[in-house]
Amino acid sequence: MNTTRTQLLLCGGTGCHSTGAIAFKESLALELKKNNLSEEIRIIETGCNGFCAVGPVMLVQPEGIFYQELKPKDAPELVEEHFLKGRPVNRLFYTEPASKETIPDMNSIPFFSHQQFWVMRNKGLIDPEVIDEYIARDGYFGVAKALQEMTPEQIVEEIKISGLRGRGGAGFPTGIKWEFAQKSPGDIKYVLCNADEGDPGAFMDRSILEADPHAVLEGMIIAAKAINSHQGYIYCRSEYPLAVKRLEIAIRQAGEYGLLGKNILDTGFDFEIDIYEGAGAFVCGEETALMRSIEGKRGMPRPRPPFPAHKGLWEKPTILNNVETLANISQIILNGGKWYSSIGTETSKGTKVFALSGDVNNIGLVEVPMGTSLRTIIYDIGGGIPNKKKFKAVQLGGPSGGCVPEECLDTLVDYEAIAKVGAIMGSGGAIVMDENTCMVDMARFFMDFVQDESCGKCTPCREGTRRLLQILEKICDGKGEPSDINVLEELSPVIKSSALCGLGQTGPNPVLSTLRYFKDEYIAHIYEKKCPAKRCVSLLKFEVDPDLCKKCGLCFKACPTEAIAWKKKTVAVIDKDKCVKCLTCYAKCKFDAIM
Amino acid sequence: MKHAVHRHHSDITEKMWEEIDSVIIDNHDKSGSLITVLRECQNIVGYLPTELLDYIGNGLNIPGSRVFGVATFYSYFSLTPKGRNTIKMCLGTACYVKGIKEAMERIERKYQIKEGGTTDDKRFTLEAVRCLGACGLAPVMVVNQDIHGSISSDKVIDIIDEYE
Repeated sequence: MNTTRTQLLLCGGTGCHSTGAIAFKESLALELKKNNLSEEIRIIETGCNGFCAVGPVMLVQPEGIFYQELKPKDAPELVEEHFLKGRPVNRLFYTEPASKETIPDMNSIPFFSHQQFWVMRNKGLIDPEVIDEYIARDGYFGVAKALQEMTPEQIVEEIKISGLRGRGGAGFPTGIKWEFAQKSPGDIKYVLCNADEGDPGAFMDRSILEADPHAVLEGMIIAAKAINSHQGYIYCRSEYPLAVKRLEIAIRQAGEYGLLGKNILDTGFDFEIDIYEGAGAFVCGEETALMRSIEGKRGMPRPRPPFPAHKGLWEKPTILNNVETLANISQIILNGGKWYSSIGTETSKGTKVFALSGDVNNIGLVEVPMGTSLRTIIYDIGGGIPNKKKFKAVQLGGPSGGCVPEECLDTLVDYEAIAKVGAIMGSGGAIVMDENTCMVDMARFFMDFVQDESCGKCTPCREGTRRLLQILEKICDGKGEPSDINVLEELSPVIKSSALCGLGQTGPNPVLSTLRYFKDEYIAHIYEKKCPAKRCVSLLKFEVDPDLCKKCGLCFKACPTEAIAWKKKTVAVIDKDKCVKCLTCYAKCKFDAIM
Repeated sequence: MKHAVHRHHSDITEKMWEEIDSVIIDNHDKSGSLITVLRECQNIVGYLPTELLDYIGNGLNIPGSRVFGVATFYSYFSLTPKGRNTIKMCLGTACYVKGIKEAMERIERKYQIKEGGTTDDKRFTLEAVRCLGACGLAPVMVVNQDIHGSISSDKVIDIIDEYE
């Protein structure tokens, strides 16, 4: 690496990319060149910084100054003021919404200061396409220790002590999984990485792969040593082209440095990793389905036992770990299982990454110690709900999870505690919903997802989820009957207890959790034929309430079909023949005047 | 290897057939390569016509039923031709909460297409896709390779009209 006076760590994650990071980078590079600063000041495109809400973002090192919402036209001022005259540009700092105070130092921004970066320790700090930068941050030291100083049994023991549990959803203890595969007889064994991140609203695996791909490779190499495997596969979604590209580069570079391939670090240990791109099937996140898919077949799960640790890919002992799980491994090996288990709760150790999105101010990736409350995540880190709306629920765990209401927000991040309130930790998607979200419609949305992604192999999932969907559609359509709630409550547990794989066993959770906390909304839909959140089109009147209408004309201007008649100082009127029920006027009206 | 006669197909040129042959040759002795072959062939032709599925089955020595089974199982594969521009609407939770449904209905009305369908002039194919993992930009639409974030139903038509 060249020594430079200043490093500009510009976020090159997917979020910042699409808000214009590349255009800004070009203009900044040009400006630096004009001022003959290209040698002294280097722009480094990093992986996702995490604070996607204010992108494109850039961290100036060594000062630690954080700039946000950068536009190409800001480049001349930045170079002139900050990099030539040494006066940081105040107007591009983060501004605390409540106090209006600007905060230049990244680590003092509340979004970052409540987080603990273990898995994401390199995010936004290194160029993910340069292995030296990873090594400079103790990269591959874990592999060196595991391969040169530890026996497979010692590795497994360390992971067991750490208390690390699978981050993909089910939370199975990683050390025990490895131990099964280690003791399983056979010369050929496989290490698989599950990068088929499919839960809607979860993007942490993508960001880890894009920001720090070597951390995942390192975890796989250590796992391979623990079970004596010589071949690994990363099963990655084809929807993540940047992640695949960065993995390919990382694998090539690791091979060149003798960290993959034959005789790794002269220890006589061989291990290869290949990438396998998925072809778009949610169920392939299930372990046995994923293995079928790598074998080139339809990705349908099979009953367990035999468990993959005994008979997995090509009928050989196999371990499958999620991206985030693997990214934890080298730190555990380096610092010890005891160190890792020093934070967390009784049953959940270490940290967990959440993808915070939906109706929340600070959208982005959030890594918190286990035992942090959901309230801290949503309000202190997430900055609360935008547009002065009220919080309604946070959806955790994707289609297998549930909606957690206000009264349960003090629940701690802990596998068991979250399960107790009817959701699951899952892979870490956390979608915040405000008062305008209809919970019956959300249940319908998830059921539509589950029944569409159901592989069709077992009847409870194939037929049961379809039946649940039909009932929910009926309710949203204003044709719900009082008995529907009973059917939902009866059918859901049957599907859960009889489905073949995790998809069906957890599929009814969104229905059960909304019934548990938001039954009043179901009742309003069925008995009063009303959608309190005004989202279910069939239950809306598309009429303007003259008492609430402030005659502002916003709905008139927004209507795409010119169905609204309005003149200054008159109440708007909707022509139902022209209205296509697109809900634009509902979204635009600030006074809740459309019924 | 010329393992079979290239059938005449209006969407597959002779050059495409040659590329397809080389994909099959590269993979025909690798177990589990079917999905890779299908992916590469779809990249060559743009979709997977039934005749091509048969051809791949013969080339890899896999029963046609299994090739068809795999091609229809995964959403990545399309058995029908696509339009010049593919519009992918993210139907992940975050995008749904932020109103992707309304934006999608706007497109369906304007261009008279349904999800999964293609306009008569082959200008657009409209697809609903599972979470793209760009929830920070919700609601998200991808046209060809371009990601458009925070699309409102007001803006969506203006964006799409740029694509011929």
